[in-house]
Amino acid sequence: MTNDTRSVISLRVNDATHRLCLDNRRTLLDALREDTGHTGPKKGCDHGQCGACTVLLDGRRVLSCLTLAVAAEDAEVTTVEGLAGDGELRPIQQAFVRLDGFQCGYCTSGQLCSAVGMLAEHAAGWPSAVTADLCPDGPAPALDAAEVRERMSGNLCRCGAYPSIVRAILEEAR
Amino acid sequence: MNAESSVPTAAGAVGAARPRVEGRAKVTGSARYSADEPVPGLAFGAVVVSTITRGRVLDIDVAAVQDMPGVLGVIDHRNAPRLNPEAGHFFGPDGGLRLLQDDVIPHAGRPIALVVGETPEQTRAAAQALPVVYDVQPHDTEFFFGHPAGRPASALFDGPVDVGDVDAELAASAVVVDERYGTPEEHCSAMEPHSATAWWEGERLQAVDSNQGPYQIAVTLATLFCLPPERVRIRVEHVGGGFGSKGMCGPQLILAVMAATRFGRPVRVTLTRDQVFLATAQRPATDQVIRIGANADGRLRAIDHVAAFELSPLAEYIEGCTELTKTLYAAPAIRTRLTAVPLDILPPYSMRAPGAAPGSFALESAMDELAERLEMDPLELRLRNEPVVGPVSGLPFSSRNLVACLRQGARRFGWADRDHRPRMRREGSLLVGTGLAATSFSTGAFPSTASITAEPDGTFTVVVAATDLGTGARTALTAIAADALEVGVEKIGLRISDSDLGPAWSAGGSRGTASWAWAITEAAAKMRGPERPATVTVDTTHLLGELPSRERHAYSAVFAEVTVDPATGEVRVRRLLGLFAVGRVINPLMARSQVIGGMVGGLSMALHEEGVGDPVSGRHVNPDFAGYHIAAHADVPDIEAEFVPDHEPGLPMGVKGAGEIGNVGTAAAIANAVWHATGVRQRQLPIRLDRVLED
Repeated sequence: MTNDTRSVISLRVNDATHRLCLDNRRTLLDALREDTGHTGPKKGCDHGQCGACTVLLDGRRVLSCLTLAVAAEDAEVTTVEGLAGDGELRPIQQAFVRLDGFQCGYCTSGQLCSAVGMLAEHAAGWPSAVTADLCPDGPAPALDAAEVRERMSGNLCRCGAYPSIVRAILEEAR
Repeated sequence: MNAESSVPTAAGAVGAARPRVEGRAKVTGSARYSADEPVPGLAFGAVVVSTITRGRVLDIDVAAVQDMPGVLGVIDHRNAPRLNPEAGHFFGPDGGLRLLQDDVIPHAGRPIALVVGETPEQTRAAAQALPVVYDVQPHDTEFFFGHPAGRPASALFDGPVDVGDVDAELAASAVVVDERYGTPEEHCSAMEPHSATAWWEGERLQAVDSNQGPYQIAVTLATLFCLPPERVRIRVEHVGGGFGSKGMCGPQLILAVMAATRFGRPVRVTLTRDQVFLATAQRPATDQVIRIGANADGRLRAIDHVAAFELSPLAEYIEGCTELTKTLYAAPAIRTRLTAVPLDILPPYSMRAPGAAPGSFALESAMDELAERLEMDPLELRLRNEPVVGPVSGLPFSSRNLVACLRQGARRFGWADRDHRPRMRREGSLLVGTGLAATSFSTGAFPSTASITAEPDGTFTVVVAATDLGTGARTALTAIAADALEVGVEKIGLRISDSDLGPAWSAGGSRGTASWAWAITEAAAKMRGPERPATVTVDTTHLLGELPSRERHAYSAVFAEVTVDPATGEVRVRRLLGLFAVGRVINPLMARSQVIGGMVGGLSMALHEEGVGDPVSGRHVNPDFAGYHIAAHADVPDIEAEFVPDHEPGLPMGVKGAGEIGNVGTAAAIANAVWHATGVRQRQLPIRLDRVLED
């Protein structure tokens, strides 16, 4: 392989900077898993269809399997490993454990990152496909179960933990 | 433990709702799945699968990719290690395991080569560039009842039965339902794609693999590669779901072992999502005809259930969809037949609630049709046909609490207010309907071993080769061991997930917990005996033989409410309630999750899931999550599940399985609700928009 198929980049993950020489084809997901040791994000489909690889890029949820690592150079990446600060679980993580918002746990890191990103989107007034009032000056849509289900539908769970996941997210939202 | 004893347990861990012991690891990303294990010097394998359905490989042009960056080499049928043709699984020798042994292509998606390289990108690029020349031969992948290749299914279980005179009873019946029901190919679709990493440590083969039972898989792998079993070790710490698809020795493991052997370094093989669809087993399509005859008062006179399913000539398999018909309702005449149709398809295997999921869709739809024609409450019809003993076996039921499930569920759901006529409820443009289904899933145990060691610090190390696929096995077995040893859960150090821990049944057949718990409770009883040994190892094989013959089943009643938009064909499940009799509940929090998850799977089966084959190419046309829809958040309402008091007298702690019963019944309850809403029967799953849409 010639040198021009690789790039040297800095990747900031969970407040730490990693200097990496990467194959330009490497996805953010593979860079996290293979190069920086963050195996929390999972590869469920590698096609952006399941959501298991969801991470936060500058606070917004993205599918890391559809993001090239070299394109994430100047961003702040937060993975599931970075959600808990100083060993203390975030309330939403605690709610997932207490309400049993997972079974096999493979989709869980994506569900958690997606939920954190989704709650921020909602707080910023973003509507969803089931939001009744799309008037830009109207009040922020109430975050009920239907809104959560719609906004979280990019994160598949084959164990069928959806009802508990929604309950945990609604608890966090309150 | 004596067979059929009632087990007294100290008030303790069993029965308490506790979060999973690995909960923190799973919400912080530290739980390691098989593709997460760091292994020094790792190489990657990319699988190449056949793009034709039947024929031969004429050439694989390895030279074309050999010099691509990072490529270590290619394994195909010309240089692969020879495999033992006797290797197989529960149903006998399995040709599906004999990968890269010859140039024959038996089905589309068959692995035909493995490219091994330094990085995932380099390996994938070479795999995509690898030229393959085929000799294409005609294929047949079209399944239907009455296919000329059909032959009687293996009778290893769910064999044919003839009780009474079905034809005479049907002729004497006041009402007869005679209908045909179908279910498509369905895919387990665990979120974790199958991944294995294999390497040699001296003479010993080591592997980390996503599977449902490391001991059973290690035995199969040893047989396949002609190794003494003690030279194979398989570990699996966390598994991202299985649902049946990880019950066998998977292609990822076989190919990783071949590559580790050939290249002398650790190799990781992870299937892509489309390869999970194409190369790991699916639930076969079924085509079923049911005839039920009844008197005007609703008492059944006959059930005739004749079913066919598809399989591959490579491996025996039974989709036992007539099993339920032999135990669920009393009838003086019962006849079942099961036909297997060999086709040029991937060998099917068990998917969550094998046999029972498609079988109950047919039987419980037919019962609903019978209630309709009798103008009777479908709940009452079921209560009226409750058997006293096994209708076919004549054996007593070990415990049967279906009636409690039906009655409590009806009360909770508000069934008494239902107008049983179809198409009577409208809300704006939507039609609304409710439906129910009763069902069962067999329960029991398989032989397992377990060891307990009393440690000097007062704790106990409990060792059993169990796996936790997300079932909660770690948490449940810790509680069971604590109660059996009469100590707190903090005194239990549980070790699972390693084939070196001794023979054990896999997580499957709703028999994992019962099988492992039996070995643990037996070991605990010896540990607490007069000799007070420091270490105890037990094998339950002989105890299982002493278990008296009974009808042993878990039961449930599922109630569904749907809305149907006749202008778009969209069906939405608005309410779903399941009442379950699953024996003693070890941990209500996890058991509830498990049965609710099963109902989500049943909802998905009812409305979404369909593996579509193209008859011309013979290929699967929707092998990804965009084309093969599984229920997402927005499809699933806030499902309710409750447990009725139940106890299985023959099994330790009184447990039955809870892994599969949730799947069973839900599809029929939803289909019956769609009929109630629209007046149109849905006899083919899934209930697609085009099957509901009205002019």
